[in-house]
Amino acid sequence: MSTTPTHTPTVVLVGHGMVGQRFLEALADRGVTERARVVVLCEEPRPAYDRVQLTSYFSGRTPDDLSMVEDGFMAKHGIELYVGDPAETIDREARTVTARSGQVFAYDTLVLATGSYPFVPPVPGKDARGCFVYRTIEDLLAIEEYAKTATTGAVVGGGLLGLEAAGALKGLGLRTHVVEFAPRLMPVQVDEGGGAALLRTIEQMGLSVHTGTGTQEVLTTDGAVTGMRLSDGSDLPVDMVVFSAGVRPRDQLARDCGLAVGERGGIAVDEQCRTSDPAVFAIGECALASDGRVYGLVAPGYEMAQTAAATIASAEEHSFTGADMSTKLKLLGVDVASFGDAHGTAEGCLDVVYSDSRSGVYKKLVVDRDGVLLGGVLVGDADSYGMLRPLTGSVPPVSPEQLVLPAGAGAPVALGPSSLPDDAVICSCHNVTKHAISQCTSLPEVKKCTKAGTGCGSCLKVIGQLLPAATDKGLCGCFSYTRSELYEITRTLRLTSFAELIDSHGRPEARGGDGCEVCKPTVGSILASLAPVIKASGYILDGEQASLQDTNDHFLANLQRNGSYSVVPRIPGGEITPEKLIVIGEVARDFGLYTKITGGQRIDLFGARVDQLPAIWTRLVDAGFESGHAYGKSLRTVKSCVGQTWCRYGVQDSVKMAIQLELRYRGLRSPHKLKSAVSGCARECAEAQSKDFGVIATASGWNLYVGGNGGATPRHADLLAQDLSDAELVRLIDRFLMFYIRTADRLERTSTWLERLEGGLEHLKDVVVHDSLGLCDELEALMAAHVDDYQDEWAQTLDDPDRLRRFVSFVNAPDAPDPSVKFVPERDQIKPDLTVLTIGTRLERV
Amino acid sequence: MKLELSPSPDAWMTICEDSRLTPGRGVAALLPDGRQAALFKDRSGRAYAIENRDPFTGAQVLSRGLLGSAGGRPFVASPLLKQRFDLETGKCLDDEEVSVTVYPVRTV
Repeated sequence: MSTTPTHTPTVVLVGHGMVGQRFLEALADRGVTERARVVVLCEEPRPAYDRVQLTSYFSGRTPDDLSMVEDGFMAKHGIELYVGDPAETIDREARTVTARSGQVFAYDTLVLATGSYPFVPPVPGKDARGCFVYRTIEDLLAIEEYAKTATTGAVVGGGLLGLEAAGALKGLGLRTHVVEFAPRLMPVQVDEGGGAALLRTIEQMGLSVHTGTGTQEVLTTDGAVTGMRLSDGSDLPVDMVVFSAGVRPRDQLARDCGLAVGERGGIAVDEQCRTSDPAVFAIGECALASDGRVYGLVAPGYEMAQTAAATIASAEEHSFTGADMSTKLKLLGVDVASFGDAHGTAEGCLDVVYSDSRSGVYKKLVVDRDGVLLGGVLVGDADSYGMLRPLTGSVPPVSPEQLVLPAGAGAPVALGPSSLPDDAVICSCHNVTKHAISQCTSLPEVKKCTKAGTGCGSCLKVIGQLLPAATDKGLCGCFSYTRSELYEITRTLRLTSFAELIDSHGRPEARGGDGCEVCKPTVGSILASLAPVIKASGYILDGEQASLQDTNDHFLANLQRNGSYSVVPRIPGGEITPEKLIVIGEVARDFGLYTKITGGQRIDLFGARVDQLPAIWTRLVDAGFESGHAYGKSLRTVKSCVGQTWCRYGVQDSVKMAIQLELRYRGLRSPHKLKSAVSGCARECAEAQSKDFGVIATASGWNLYVGGNGGATPRHADLLAQDLSDAELVRLIDRFLMFYIRTADRLERTSTWLERLEGGLEHLKDVVVHDSLGLCDELEALMAAHVDDYQDEWAQTLDDPDRLRRFVSFVNAPDAPDPSVKFVPERDQIKPDLTVLTIGTRLERV
Repeated sequence: MKLELSPSPDAWMTICEDSRLTPGRGVAALLPDGRQAALFKDRSGRAYAIENRDPFTGAQVLSRGLLGSAGGRPFVASPLLKQRFDLETGKCLDDEEVSVTVYPVRTV
């Protein structure tokens, strides 16, 4: 440390988890980082990440995706972060911290945010090879590696983290057991009825649950796990064990330097999060709060971080006196929520319970004699959590029975956020009230100004309802409906023309008009997607449809900057015979076209005049080629690696699958282009995770990823389902694509659509995997109709002299080539001669 | 019915049969002096002609744009960078300093 003439106060933070990072943000917000040196010692090899979402690592999220630290945050605020260098000792007298590396840091203020460690019951065999805990990314990496050689696993602990861990093991392909000492799952959060509903649903997923029994011993052979002996004397043969039986505060550092700790652990703090030494604070899971509790949830930890930062900044009076333990989560696809006095411990309180064991739904509300809502438990359907939690402590505007009955049973209740008082806390992670949210006008603004919605996300739905509706979501000046609404209107009313649609559903001033360049292609695409169902022509250039298509679709080729077009024949899966390759070469040579290999494993031929397109395609169609739809908002290519047939690493025939998928979905009109790829093994040479739908082979089938994108806003695809058979894979892609086509906005790729979709990936899974909306039969039927109806557009065009008439440069001189389309040589090929065009200034549309 | 265009004052030339135009779409025509025209027909059957050259890129492509109407006035959107041109006045709706030539048309 450089010496400065005046003393710069130093804040040392020990521990960089979620709460630690929140503390740093709170310091920065209050300007402390500008006037103080801030040093952070972090034991893990990476900065703070989202431990709550840890399990999503297994569904394809990378450690980077999970990071809680905005790029450049440390540098911007001049914070010194040392990762992989934990604090080892504290000298409170000298006010120094010594890190493992030997560095010594002097502090004026020390903040301990060391979190907790997983509790491992002291049973014989607990340290054997194959025993794990579930706490850090490193733990997950180790579990993933070991699971490759395992077939069966057990999780000790049926609480929140235990069920997460069980879901992860099942996702890794293991037969999974859950062993819980208490008589029900999630004993802390849910009551007996909720536990029973949860148990049924989880058992239906193929997990074996053993409640009311403890772990007596981990059985081993040669130091490796072979099984577990339970307290009832029975043995479970398992290859690996994950301990997830709760956590304990990490208070050793504090004990070693003589700070006061609780009898059952936890660094004792006051309402300002100060320990017994006023220069030392403790926040998060390592702290024993002034109400005598250790909080294992992130929301109270955040509040402690705020309190400590406010106290250090001396800017405001802030105190932490305790927090409620409300939670809402999705475990193994099941919604579970509990809030307030979930167990009904208040004196004289009453329960209102709704239970449907067929659908695994259980709801219980706890109220007092005056009707004040005290708390509740929701299992299987926690949609109302966002509304019910803020109502806790008040008398709800409708009776509690109405609040638990499913919609449609009895009197349906539309309980909107307007019924909430202004001081109702909407985001409990960041303690944001309804009033604060209603000051904002958009979700991004809410997230930026209040941080609401950036924690667990369970409040997003209510926030959406509190914000003013976007002024006009209409597609364009002609329609006040969105694309997906127009899709539904067209489908339901079986409209087959743009004129019918704009005259019946256009904005009043647009009816009878011509539409515009935005709505015409959009409706053209909808009519093409729905053609088999609404009995419209499947040929996109018939009748009125011809007037709706953008020029690319109109000439079945891609317009380039000088008015020439490019041609892309379909090469399914990127597989092509030498004979066909020669034909492409000959066509390019004979018509003088510029040739380039595309990123999608096919060949683009540039520089064709409109009047040359039919002759070019006659040659290509004769050789067995068909349209590649490079011009359409439709399926482009399904890229593939060479796969098992040739590659020594391949585990499936990726080329065969890519061809099958490309042939199935070719010509499918969609809100935007669709790209796909199939990789033959986990090495992922086809880059499937950057595609709208990507397929990666596994030893036992295929994993399906969706919503990936390259381009300007890259996005890694999300894992939708694992180890699918060929038929299951195709069926799921059918459903996914049709659901996307049905609900996406104009020019919205699957990646942005999935980001926008309310409920995100989980909702998508519900709809297309679990068929929660009962739509899947219809989605599959729509795709089947598309597949049956498909015809090559270029073959159809060449067969019909009328359709060919449009392919002239000049209507009054059909044989004259366009003199403005000229080329000059470059690198042994051609390029557009722009000098004949005399380029003017460009204007970007505002 | 034939569609005629006036490339210069008091001169008319036949372009094509009126039926060659699809409502909402355009076609290109070669004029005697080498210039190009873009002809359109709107939903009501009324025909329009402007020059085919897109002033923003220099490419002869306006005939391949989509016809639309805004506030009751017909326009074409360039297929390249999507600027719109009023079919009756030739004025660019997105940049008031830019316009294209308008040619009189009639059906006989």
